[in-house]
Amino acid sequence: MEFNGAQMIIHLLERQGIKILFGIPGGANLPIYEALYHSNLRHILARHEQGAGFIAQGMARSTGRVAVCMATSGPGATNLLTAIADAKLDSVPMVAITGQVPAPLIGTDAFQEVDTYGLTLPITKHNFLVQDTEELLEVIPEAFRIAQSGRPGPVVVDVPKDIQARTMDVQRWPDPAQAAPLPECDGSIISRMADMIHQAERPVFYIGGGVIAADAAEVLKQLARKNTIPVTSTLMGLGAVAHDDPLFLGMLGMHGNAQTNVIMARADLIIALRIRFDDRATGKIEEFCPGAAIIHVDVDPSEIDKLKNATLGVCGDVKEILTRLLPEIKNDERKAWQGDMAALKPSRAFACPESKDMNHPASIIRFIGDFVPEDTIITTDVGQHQMWTAQPYPFRHPMTFLTSGGLGTMGFGLPAAIGAALAHPDQKIVCISGDGSFLMNLQELATLAENRLNIAIVILNNGHLGLVRQQQELFYDNHIFASRFDTSPDFAAIARGFGVMAVDLAQANDPKRALAKALAQPGPCLIHAKVHSQLNVYPMVPPGASNLEMIGGNNHV
Amino acid sequence: MYDTIIELRVRNHPGVMSHITGLFSRRAFNLEGIICGPVGDGTQSRMILLVNKNHRLDQMIKQLEKLYDVLAVSIREDPDRVHYPWVYGQG
Repeated sequence: MEFNGAQMIIHLLERQGIKILFGIPGGANLPIYEALYHSNLRHILARHEQGAGFIAQGMARSTGRVAVCMATSGPGATNLLTAIADAKLDSVPMVAITGQVPAPLIGTDAFQEVDTYGLTLPITKHNFLVQDTEELLEVIPEAFRIAQSGRPGPVVVDVPKDIQARTMDVQRWPDPAQAAPLPECDGSIISRMADMIHQAERPVFYIGGGVIAADAAEVLKQLARKNTIPVTSTLMGLGAVAHDDPLFLGMLGMHGNAQTNVIMARADLIIALRIRFDDRATGKIEEFCPGAAIIHVDVDPSEIDKLKNATLGVCGDVKEILTRLLPEIKNDERKAWQGDMAALKPSRAFACPESKDMNHPASIIRFIGDFVPEDTIITTDVGQHQMWTAQPYPFRHPMTFLTSGGLGTMGFGLPAAIGAALAHPDQKIVCISGDGSFLMNLQELATLAENRLNIAIVILNNGHLGLVRQQQELFYDNHIFASRFDTSPDFAAIARGFGVMAVDLAQANDPKRALAKALAQPGPCLIHAKVHSQLNVYPMVPPGASNLEMIGGNNHV
Repeated sequence: MYDTIIELRVRNHPGVMSHITGLFSRRAFNLEGIICGPVGDGTQSRMILLVNKNHRLDQMIKQLEKLYDVLAVSIREDPDRVHYPWVYGQG
């Protein structure tokens, strides 16, 4: 049967199980949109390609499955770049399909021509410039296989317009791609892991987002309980272990739990699971866990020994490895180590004040945690509000905290919330944002209003780029420059202008009740909260310093 | 001391050289020489990279092995200069 390239792409996406995709049409991808018109796929029209990319990310991060976004050539593709780079750094499975000028025009500076292949090369797991319509039969499934195999990541498929339009006879469709199976871990390595754990006196699990991606959170908890091993998490790993689990130490690192950074320095064995020794987590790497042996389990062999040499590097599927390790691990209460840690660790050792002050972001975030259902998905933008969310919010389940960790992209929160809401229409989604970040993708309020999604946006407005202001205060002689907003828009009015209901807590007689009420109702809603403008997130490890050099670590617990 | 040669077998298409050189520049790996030519029926190429041997060599190899278009990676230390005269400027 005859198909053109665009129809082949859509058919291959359907065979891949895709039901919904996100994008914006333009000159160079119109054949794909014509094919979409005739298909059963649901298309969500974003208002900026970066929005489309982050909507896809919201879906991928909240489901663990590959999501698809689309853009046209030139500015469409360049607008996608930030979302693609973000997916690369946080290992999010995503396929971006971009239109390109017709192949004969490539290299001529044609209208809306940009070297998408060259631009996306360093920010993707892999990228393709399709040379021939027939290649699509191989490239599209291959893109899905790459995106979801091993360590997930984004794949770009750039398709010239003439290749989308050219027809060919398709005799047989390729099988839908699946994740490539991972090699089984050698039994002797599992035994050696068990020996190292049994010999250790002060072991700690140090986990990253890959534990969630690999669906290994359950077996990790069983293992931790059996041998009484405390667990600390990076920003990306939050949700793998419930916030109130007695073995959970909270987040480590720059804005982590102060006691946890001390505990890490005392550990004699770090069992690092799907982490990459990121500088925000480790502080000065030479001084990170100096006395500890390290077992490093990762699916990506290049992460092992990249920044910190492992005593035992284990490459493979963390779920399979922990599952096989579990029966080899002895029950142990580790009373001495527990006692040591208890001496250090107050029951809720978060850096945020426990105050009920409705003008303190941490209080508002705690109240959100009190008011919304346990399975609520939280997205954030980037800055102080993100760290205040990571510290006290009561996360209980994997994939309920979506945040831009590696790239740290302001503007992530709203579109990611839209993607999560489309994937989980029956769940509550709350986007916690700041007045700086929110402006970076607020055009997606239109997408939100159009789709009537169950999303509450909470803007914690401190009138600043707060984390920048904090660094200027602490490290640049309090030279507050270009981080204070001289004017602030009326966020509630903006939301209403897009057709989204808005509540301004400053106008409410009882702000706490107004917050509860706004969170309880279904549908889109923006909640504006004016908060103190001069607060700092503590503790804070100065960039480049050891994790033990925390500012505010003890005074602010 | 530039004493290590990495030999790659790669898929032969217009973007593969960018993938290799891009990896070296963005990860700040040294790369002193490079040569590439098609082998067999032309669907694959052989690429020869001259690098210096340091503690990052292991990471270099692992990152190369991750590239989709790289099919095989091997190291040749103290290479026979007769086989690689181009690398040494026809010494």
